[in-house]
Parts: sequence; structure tokens; C-alpha cells
Amino acid sequence: MTAGETTFDVLNGLGMLLICFVTLYPIWYVLVNAFNEGQDAMRGGIYWWPRVFSIESFEAVFKNSGIMTAMGVTVAKTLIGTVVHVLFTAMVAYALSRRELIGRKFYMYVGTITMFFSGGLIPTFLLIRDLHMLDSFLVYIIPAMFSFFDLIIFLAFFRDIPDALDEAARIDGAGDLSIFVKIVLPVSLPVLATIALFHGVYQWNDFFTGIIYINNVDLQPIQTYLFRVVAQSSSSQMIASMPGGIGKSVTSQSVKLATMVVTTLPIVVAYPFLQKYFVKGLMIGAVKG
Amino acid sequence: MVKTPINNVSPASSAVVQVGRGRKLMRKLMAQRTLQIMVLLGVAWMIIFNYIPMYGIIIAFKDYVITQSITEAPWAGLEHFKAFFEDDELGNVIRNTLGISLIKLFIGFPLPVLFALFLNEIRSIRFKKAVQTISYLPHFLSWVILGGIMATWLADVGIVNDVLKGLHLIDQPITYLAEPKYFWSIVIASDIWKELGWSAIIYLAAIASVSPDLYEAATIDGAGRLQKMWYVTLPSIKGTIAILFVLAVSGVLNSNFDQILVLRNQLNDSASNVIDIYVYQMGIQQGRYSYSTAIGLIKSIIALILLLLANGVSKKLTKTSLF
Repeated sequence: MTAGETTFDVLNGLGMLLICFVTLYPIWYVLVNAFNEGQDAMRGGIYWWPRVFSIESFEAVFKNSGIMTAMGVTVAKTLIGTVVHVLFTAMVAYALSRRELIGRKFYMYVGTITMFFSGGLIPTFLLIRDLHMLDSFLVYIIPAMFSFFDLIIFLAFFRDIPDALDEAARIDGAGDLSIFVKIVLPVSLPVLATIALFHGVYQWNDFFTGIIYINNVDLQPIQTYLFRVVAQSSSSQMIASMPGGIGKSVTSQSVKLATMVVTTLPIVVAYPFLQKYFVKGLMIGAVKG
Repeated sequence: MVKTPINNVSPASSAVVQVGRGRKLMRKLMAQRTLQIMVLLGVAWMIIFNYIPMYGIIIAFKDYVITQSITEAPWAGLEHFKAFFEDDELGNVIRNTLGISLIKLFIGFPLPVLFALFLNEIRSIRFKKAVQTISYLPHFLSWVILGGIMATWLADVGIVNDVLKGLHLIDQPITYLAEPKYFWSIVIASDIWKELGWSAIIYLAAIASVSPDLYEAATIDGAGRLQKMWYVTLPSIKGTIAILFVLAVSGVLNSNFDQILVLRNQLNDSASNVIDIYVYQMGIQQGRYSYSTAIGLIKSIIALILLLLANGVSKKLTKTSLF
């Protein structure tokens, strides 16, 4: 290896380390500030490690009924929304993957058009209103239960399932529903996991649905709650809804940071285990889509 | 005695065949009724949640008020479209939308390509994997969280002001999010931070499928690392780059709605009001449904034209196209 090659490798390696640092440090900065005592953090200057370590802000988060309700909504919409989305989309995809399906080509056209054209914000809003889904938990689930794009990923996977697998079941008299549930779903776990992860992250992170369709604060997810606090800086509501017995050192800013950490933690913790599925899913989508 | 003309036979028998066909089709449909129900549930969902809103676009040509149904509303012709072109906000909205998008296109588009090219040159597979994993992470954070991170960084006592004060570049902390002149930079930087690694995945996959023979041949010809990147890797992923570029160009009128909604406020409004935000404000916040639907429709039509143009140009230049 020439000297030039070695220099290249070293510089390239350093460049990559720099990118990793730039990626992780902003998150670290928020983390150490959240674990610092609130009053003290207002002076600034906390870069690497908390100056006055404190978990009071986190206690305040867990004692705040508004935050906990919003967390509950997020957990519920993520779990229910993901199960419904995956099963419903997979079911339609299974039917479309059957070669004997009459009208298959037509159905595919109907779906493909939806990938290129949409009604846009206002007509969709009016539809949701007419369906009486404003201020209803269902608005998180039903309008998100199907995606033709995800269907195509399922389709690519289902087509590769060997025919022999369901022929045996068919001879035993199994119908399409039981073949789908008992044979197709169990052998499709990788693709089910992929779509579940994508949709799960969407459900967890989505705040816009809460903003436009939900006025009832007991039904807003944590991301919408954070949006209202972060972007509209209505932090006073956060402190106002604080129960007694919380130390004076807690500030609205420190509670905000602690809430951000608590909200992001599930994704960051699960992420290293799940990321291979994300990548796989993206690849299938890119190659076949 | 009735003579049956020969030519009468054929329609009759074809009718029989047709009845037979109809019956056969019915029988087939009955046999696969479970499948048909499964698919029709999906079609019903699409009719309700995709096609009804598409039909709802006609309110752009009507004077729709909330108390009426869409069909009852009186026709308004192109009035709302005219109104948009006479709107005082028009110039501002177009400037912000295009300004942010074009800078994103010129800076944000090439960076993931470069990142993928250089990451591919890392020899240690474990290091490469680790860098990749870390670089995707921000993609999975919501824009609300990112807005919170940005606000913390850019606060009066945040790290950005601290560093600039430390370097004696400023005396007083700057309230970045309150000043329009910083808004575009904040949007572009945070977008790159969030999506650099994720956007690079597709290029890394394309690079992985380049034939090793090409690199061997280049080595024999005495090419160095940078030369191989430039003359072998880059041309091999040209098609992928072209397709993604076509998509990026057709999306220049799309701002990252979530991002801007989180970062904008009244003080930076003159730099942060983009088409998507304006549609949201006019429609949801002010209840001007017909007007904001008209703006959305103009946007969609221009996006479609851009897509076709970019696709055509790409087809000519690189022989790759989306369709």
C-alpha cells in the first residue's frame, strides 16, 4: 500500500468518525441537560456531563397527568394501529397475490392510481369530518390502516411463497381465509416485522393527525403534546399542570427536555435491534416498488 | 314446416355460449368469494380514503362553506385560482418554497452520494456497519423532537451561542429562531443532519452491486482510490442517482411540512411561509376551504409537469428514467 493510500484511509476514517460525532452529539447534549438540575441548567454551559445531576425533571414528567395521558394515547395508537395496518394490508395483498383472482389487473390499477394522486389536505379533512372522526381515537387507526405502497412490499414477498405450501392445505379442504391466517402469515414473519416497524415508527412519531383532527387534550398523543409545548411554547401549561411536591428547581425547559428523552427512548433503545429490518424493508421497496 | 335459416343459428348459439360464460364466471366468483371479499375491503377503503378526497378537489372550483355539502355549493369557476395569483403572500410563498427546496437540492442531494462513496472505501466492515447504523438513527426521530433539539441548541444559553461567544464572534446571544434571515439555514442543516445516512442507503446498495471485475481492471490500469471512485463507482450508480434526482426535482414544491411546522413561528414567518404551510393556514386555520384546495391543486399540477420534464431530461442524458 502506498503512503498516499494510507493517508486516504486515515483521513476517510477520521471523516467518518466526525460524521458519527455530529450525528450523536446533539442527542447527547439534550440528554445531559435533561439530567441536570433545571434551575442550574438555565445558566447554560453543560456540554459533556450534568453539572448538578438530578432526576427531578423526570419525576415531574412521570407525575404529570397530562404527559402520562398523552403517553398512553401514543402507546395505544402505536400498538393498535400497527396490528390493524399490518393485518389489513397483508390480507388485501394476499388476495391480490393469488393468480386466479378475477379482476386482479383492475384492482391493481385502482391501487396504483392512489400512489400518484391524492385529494390533498382539505378534501381529506372534510372527509374525516363527515365521517365523524374528529376528536375520536379511530382517526389514528382507520385512515391509516391501509397503504398501497406497503401492499406492494407484501406482494413481492407473497409471490415468492412456494405454491406447494398451500396446495396441500387446499386438498385438506382449507379455505382462503384459513390459508392466509395459518400458512401465509406464519411464513411471512420477516416482511410482517418490516412493515410493522415502519408503521410503528410512523404511529409513534406522527403529530400532525393530533394537531388537525384532535382538540380534546385527553386524546392527543405525546408528540402532539410536545409540539404544542415546543413550537407554540405554551410551557406555562406544563408547569401549571404540575402536581405539588415537585422541587422548585424544575423548570418548564427541563421538563420539556425530560419529556423529549422519555418520548425518544423507546425508539433509541429498540433501534439497534430493529434497524436491519428497516434496511431490508427499504431495499424490497426500492427494488420491487 | 319452418325453415330455419342458417344465419340464425350463430347468434343463438353465441348467446348460449355467453350465458354459459356468465354462469361460469359466477361459479368462479363464488368459488373465490373469500378472496374477492378480502380485496374488495381494500378497494372500499381506497374509495373512501383516496378517491372521495380526489373527488373533493372540485371544491376548488366552487364556493364551499362548511354548512353545505360539496354538491350543493355554487360553482365559482376559476375565481380561487385567480385570487391566488393576486394574493399578496404569493411572492413570499413561492420564494420561500423554491429557495429552501433548491438549496436542499443542490446541497442536500449530492451529500448522501458523497457519503456513500466515501463510506464504501472504509476497509473495516465492522467500522463501516457501525457508521452506517449511527448515521440512520436521526431518521427515526420525529420532527417534533428535532425541533426541541434545535431549540435547545439555538437557545440564548444554548451551545451555538456559547461557542460563538467563546470565539468572540458575537457579544450578545442571537435568538436564531426569531430572525427570518437564519431560518433557511436552520431548515437545511437540520434536514441534512436528519436524512444524510438514510438517503445514502440506496446508493450503498447500488454500489454493493457493482461488479468487482471493474475494480480489478481499474487496478491493473494503475488507478488509485479516488480515481476508482470517480471512474468506476460513480458511473456505475449513475442510473440510481438519475432516478432519485428526477424524484427530487418533481418534489421542489413540496416542503418538508412537518419540519417547517415545527420550526416556524410568527417572528420568522417572512422566511418560513411555504406553499404547504399556506394551504394549512388558509384551510384548516382560517376555514377558506375552496381557496386552499385551489392552491393545493395548482401545486400538484406543477409538480406533475416537473416530474414529466425531469423524467424526459433524465431519459435523454442518462438513458434511465422512472417510467
